[in-house]
Amino acid sequence: MVSINFYLGLAIILFTIGALGVLIRRNSIIVFMSVELMLNAANLAFVAFARYWQTMTGQIFVFFIMTVAAAEVAIGLALIVTIFRSKDSIDVDQMNSLKG
Amino acid sequence: MTLQMLLFLVLALVAIASALGMLISRNSIYSALFLVLNFATVAVYFLLLNAPFIAVAQVSVYAGAIMVLFLFVIMLLGAERAQQTQSIPWQRPLAISLAVILLLEAGFILLGQRGVVPLVTSELPAGFGSPAQVGTELFQNYLLPFEVTSVLLLVAMIGAIVLTKNEKK
Repeated sequence: MVSINFYLGLAIILFTIGALGVLIRRNSIIVFMSVELMLNAANLAFVAFARYWQTMTGQIFVFFIMTVAAAEVAIGLALIVTIFRSKDSIDVDQMNSLKG
Repeated sequence: MTLQMLLFLVLALVAIASALGMLISRNSIYSALFLVLNFATVAVYFLLLNAPFIAVAQVSVYAGAIMVLFLFVIMLLGAERAQQTQSIPWQRPLAISLAVILLLEAGFILLGQRGVVPLVTSELPAGFGSPAQVGTELFQNYLLPFEVTSVLLLVAMIGAIVLTKNEKK
């Protein structure tokens, strides 16, 4: 039986890589993927805790996180498509005005 | 070293390498495919942690639906080879040092055991994490959040349609 600390450590590493991606990349689609990676790291921690506390609550929470992530992706990608139409670029540095 | 530990380490290597590959590849499509690999390895972890329902949902929702949407948008915009513009010179070293600080902080908390970490127990109640138990839990204790979720998805759907509607000016 692998100790829970290994799972939490892996979740920490994946979350950090996701945060680094948000900070370092300019392509807004990659930034968005990094956000998904961070959500996924949180999911891993939730499921690990659910396993070790022997309770289903963590898994139910992961279910809800997945739903919210799906909604977030639908809206976010729609926003990116709209921004690309008006600015002809998805570089995050170009997005410096609220008015299209 | 037990077989489970070996499996964990190999999968951890794949997960971290694919996450880094997502981060550093120049082509957006390669990034998306690396992320699919990462989601698949995390799904295997869910199986190891006795969460088969969540694992299948991970593969079908994340690696299936969400990443197909990503790939579709990348190809629609034709932005798979967007050049990296670097306008702030100190941004990259600053970002890397902040990430290292975050990693060290979280590792310090984890290794210092400042928090409630459950004891390792290997025996589980029968049917733990099965679809039947997930369904029972969802509809008995979390019925209202489940219904609110449907409203959330409806709003997301309408929002996406409204945002991308091409208005003639």
